Amino acid sequence: MSFSANVLYFDGNGRNALRETAHSMPAAMPIPDNPYVISFSSVSKRYVIGGQAVHALDDVSLSIAAGDFVAIMGASGSGKSTLMNLIGALDTPTTGELSIEGRSVRGLSSEELADFRNKQIGFVFQQFNLLARTSALKQVMLPLRYARPRLENLELRARQRLEQVGLGDRIDHHPSQLSGGQQQRVAIARALVNNPSILLADEPTGALDTATSAEIMTLFEKLNRDGLTIILVTHDSSIADYARRKVTLRDGKIVTDVSALAGSVQNRVPA
Amino acid sequence: MSLFDSVESAWTALKCNLLRSILTTFGIIIGVASVIVLAAVGSGARHEVEERVAGLGSNMLVVFSGAHRINGRTTGTGTERPLSEADLGAIREKVRGVVAVSGQLSGAGPIVYGNANWTSTLTGVHSEFSLVREWPVILGRDFTLSDVRGSAKVAILGQSVVAQLFAGADPIGAAIRVKNTPFEVVGVLGLKGSTSMGRDQDDVVLMPMTTARNQIVGKSQLTPDQAGQLYIKFEPDFDLPEAQLEIEQLLRSRRRIPTGGEDDFEVRNLAEFMKARNEVFSTMTYLLAVTSIVSLIVGGIGIMNVMLVAVTERTREIGLRMAVGGRRRDIMRQFLLEAIALCAMGGLIGCIVGITAAYGLANAVEWPIRISLDVIAIALSFAAATGILFGYVPARRAADLNPIEALRSD
Repeated sequence: MSFSANVLYFDGNGRNALRETAHSMPAAMPIPDNPYVISFSSVSKRYVIGGQAVHALDDVSLSIAAGDFVAIMGASGSGKSTLMNLIGALDTPTTGELSIEGRSVRGLSSEELADFRNKQIGFVFQQFNLLARTSALKQVMLPLRYARPRLENLELRARQRLEQVGLGDRIDHHPSQLSGGQQQRVAIARALVNNPSILLADEPTGALDTATSAEIMTLFEKLNRDGLTIILVTHDSSIADYARRKVTLRDGKIVTDVSALAGSVQNRVPA
Repeated sequence: MSLFDSVESAWTALKCNLLRSILTTFGIIIGVASVIVLAAVGSGARHEVEERVAGLGSNMLVVFSGAHRINGRTTGTGTERPLSEADLGAIREKVRGVVAVSGQLSGAGPIVYGNANWTSTLTGVHSEFSLVREWPVILGRDFTLSDVRGSAKVAILGQSVVAQLFAGADPIGAAIRVKNTPFEVVGVLGLKGSTSMGRDQDDVVLMPMTTARNQIVGKSQLTPDQAGQLYIKFEPDFDLPEAQLEIEQLLRSRRRIPTGGEDDFEVRNLAEFMKARNEVFSTMTYLLAVTSIVSLIVGGIGIMNVMLVAVTERTREIGLRMAVGGRRRDIMRQFLLEAIALCAMGGLIGCIVGITAAYGLANAVEWPIRISLDVIAIALSFAAATGILFGYVPARRAADLNPIEALRSD
């Protein structure tokens, strides 16, 4: 996926003005029967806490197109973590249908979910979650090691990803020898190494200063421009502004779903 | 995840907490070291007994003349009426299953060869001696019947005597003087080693029984044809306890011991005697084995404890591994391997400590030790088994974590 330079302009009051061109990007991709990489239809998730059922997600329908850049927002307790866990195939819905990359995750065993995450999802966390005393290269190789069937050239693949995030000269560094931004870049390289369909970032800039946050978000923008679907969970609206679409949750329901392109509330749930 | 990767990450995790890892393995170190020490000492002792039993000659009974009692005190084996040439002949003739017999009449005296002299055990034997004792003549010739009948002044030397007197020269045909009587050396015995009491069996000069009686030991007033201890070899797998009874009956009647009277001789199965002594060693070995199993269990509990701590400490890491595609069995295997690696590390250190301690013992108290590879292999596999046994619970706990909660933990 390549883009001409004229896509990259910024207007004065925000970053959303450029999205028009970028938004046409998915059309360049082969469109399968289901153009959505993620589709929730009437998904509910209930937990029982202290003998009381809690609706973490209440009849949510949501579709995300391949190549989109979506921010999921909401206060704590709004259900955004639950939504993220479902998208990340860390959890399965209580009721409703959830398919990722055209595959239903309901009824998958924990082993199948692990394999699914390995191939389809790249995770980026607020606290980076790097392994202690392990070189950047080894960190990035970790998902490759869990891949089945077994992969070849793990080192080469990991090295390429580190170069892609601008850490080609830091591959032997341990987390303690890297700055926060560099650590998050290692985590991003790790998330990308298995060519996932979705990059799932949970408050990726929560532990970083403003300048570093901007660098990380710029990296996300670049990755998205190259065709990667990115889902960003955040409560910080300035970070959410990097996304093309903002989905806000409250009490387990979607309250707004704003596409930056149109600037209007729209319902993207298929009928 | 491949086994190699799992081993590598297990090793990385252990390296991160090196001091803790080593302290944790102390129980295993002690367990494995004691397994090795006891196996080395036990098998050394057993091996030595077996060698000595074999050295005595198999299927053999020995008859000693009994201890003489004076005023209720025994004066030691061999102080009673000596056994005679005739007793030996009768046993040879009348007891079933006998293959070969020999007397062994011992004294001591100086031997001179050229300028060299040496005091050694002088032993009169019959011509079947080397057969009975399974102690071959490796140089020259054995005694013949006519040597024994004719009181020939010929001698067969043990290795120690050869070493003392001949210093590398060929002793066969040499003229030596034993208690001032000239003898011709006709043979040299193979190496026998020392007895369990530490007596050098190779420090001996053999001569025909008749020669010893006439020239060296002297005749007994009671028994002019004394023959010392009688060594009787039986057919392979012959029932020795039965033979022992037969010999006892025969000798009681020959020596006219009244019914109910005390034997003035003793028939011993030396191999049994030595094996019985070895039983004491076995009991000790069992006790040590229990000790080492206990320390392996204690060590295992230590491992379990530290692994449970590790699982708690690394909950986030486990969550991350699960998020990027680690299956429960991958997590399980990783933590099991860590426990096994801990135990294996303890096992290796334990091996080194154990082998060092065993050699230390061997030097300090001169115990015979034997360290075999299979003992080391057994000790290490015990250590690994401890790792699996006590690593299971923490590994299970790690594998059963919910990835969402694990990622959220601090």
